[in-house]
Amino acid sequence: MLRRLGLGIIAIIGVSTLVFLFLHMVPGDPVDHLAGGEATPEQRAQIEKCMGLDQSMAGQYVHFLGTIADGSLGHQCPDPKGKPTVLARILEVMPSTIVLALAGMLVAIVLALPLGVLAAVRRSTWVDTVASVVALSGLAMPMMLLAPLLLLWFFVDLGWLPGPTEGGAAALILPAIAIGVHLMAMLARMTRASMIDVLDEDYVRTARAKGLAERSVLFKHALRNALLPVITVAGLQFGSLLSGAIIVEKIFARPGLGLTLLTAISERNYPVVQGTVLVIAIIYVFVNTMVDLAYGMVDPRIRRA
Amino acid sequence: MRKLSLSGWIGLVMLATFVLLGVIGPWIAPHSPTTIDLGNRFAPSSGAHWLGTDRNGADALSQLLWGARAALRISFVVVAISAVIGIALGTIAGYFRGIIDDILMRVVDILMAFPGILLNIAVVATVRKPGLGVVIFALCLNGWVGYARVIRAQVMSLRERDFVVAARAMGARNRRIMWLHLLPNSLAPALVQMTFGFGGVIAVEASLSFLGIGPQLDYTWGAMLEQGTAHLWKQGFGIRYAMYGGLAIMWVVLAANLLGDGLRDLFDPKRRGR
Repeated sequence: MLRRLGLGIIAIIGVSTLVFLFLHMVPGDPVDHLAGGEATPEQRAQIEKCMGLDQSMAGQYVHFLGTIADGSLGHQCPDPKGKPTVLARILEVMPSTIVLALAGMLVAIVLALPLGVLAAVRRSTWVDTVASVVALSGLAMPMMLLAPLLLLWFFVDLGWLPGPTEGGAAALILPAIAIGVHLMAMLARMTRASMIDVLDEDYVRTARAKGLAERSVLFKHALRNALLPVITVAGLQFGSLLSGAIIVEKIFARPGLGLTLLTAISERNYPVVQGTVLVIAIIYVFVNTMVDLAYGMVDPRIRRA
Repeated sequence: MRKLSLSGWIGLVMLATFVLLGVIGPWIAPHSPTTIDLGNRFAPSSGAHWLGTDRNGADALSQLLWGARAALRISFVVVAISAVIGIALGTIAGYFRGIIDDILMRVVDILMAFPGILLNIAVVATVRKPGLGVVIFALCLNGWVGYARVIRAQVMSLRERDFVVAARAMGARNRRIMWLHLLPNSLAPALVQMTFGFGGVIAVEASLSFLGIGPQLDYTWGAMLEQGTAHLWKQGFGIRYAMYGGLAIMWVVLAANLLGDGLRDLFDPKRRGR
């Protein structure tokens, strides 16, 4: 377990170092963008100093590590006093993204399980075919097309659900579907495969042989065992939902980590780019580690070391 | 001789269509994809422009065809480079084990412990006007990992097999064993991985273009999606134009998945119908 945690920390440091290196190796002066065309040399120097660009590469790296260590993730330039730290800006939008990802996960699981179970039970019939067509379409459908289609159908044509500018829980439904469909397709295919494997097992045959109702066999004996790998994959895919949030937040104009990252990229606001990438990486590694640990607890066969 | 499943064939034909259009597309395109004809913006389909025009008055059909070329070039190069690097490293790590293997696996762990597209975004975002080269570099940076893992596992199980042990006993050198015995026998899973990878690369590249940080071209499928959604509320244009790019992407990703599933079942019959 400690080893697993150590690995996660190494991964975070490795990735953030990589991002740091890329941001600083590439030619192009971020000060140009932040200062605007008419900046005086004094203003430019001030911004350079604020961003730490007047220091050597190694000095900047140490500074970068320092901002991680003190938890601020650095200050936003050009005016560090008037603006909050990068961390504050990220924390402000993080809940919205987490809620979006969780809602997407919920959509995925709730739709995928019935689809996968039905396909496995009615294997090689038309039900199976329809289910696999649905799953394959979901897998291949780009989120960038699905999201506007959902908006047009449910918001413009039918008027059932609120559009991008409105607030409230109902406004979460369309983005959650858009972000969750890809995972839904993956999980439905996994559920089907896992169910088919389990239905071949001896204990399922035994349960049937002793005359249990089919429903009881399916849900008590088969599904419970088939679910384990499915839930694990669902957990491990949480990170992919976070990256999906970048696209969905852009289309629905939802404030969040993704939109913050995109804005920061277009503004060449390096501290915020670094900070957002780092925070997403930390969430991702944290969730994956948790899933691994939970898996070990649920399934004693996995528990080693 | 085992046969490719029907859905596998469908995937193969769909993928072949895409490759064909990607190769000949620019020649059969009726117009230039970057024309600026401001008197003819957002036009619906007509005899002159079968699929209408975009916000600059450029022909949408021609953009689709040029977009196929761009998508083909990126996915082909990225898959080729990633596969060569991944197969080489995977073979070496799986064959020699020891410290080389340890280092490689740690690197793999680090790259896997991170949402791939975010790394791509971070790399591409650092360049002000990313060209095709930067996007290809970014996608290869973590693209090789999947191949390395698959090949390493395959080589590790092969290296103890009798024919390899026999070859070694006969005095074959390491390089010969890897080239002649291990590599040919581990290519099947790599081929499956490459097929899926083809769809994956196109999807990620489209996302980058959509986010405005891909190759700065007007006519990639991702850019078409971006333009469509940007003008989503424009009656008769937005969603229709977005659909062109979106359905084209869907076509290739679907094809790659169908063919990938088919090939996997072909090489590993135990999985058939699973």
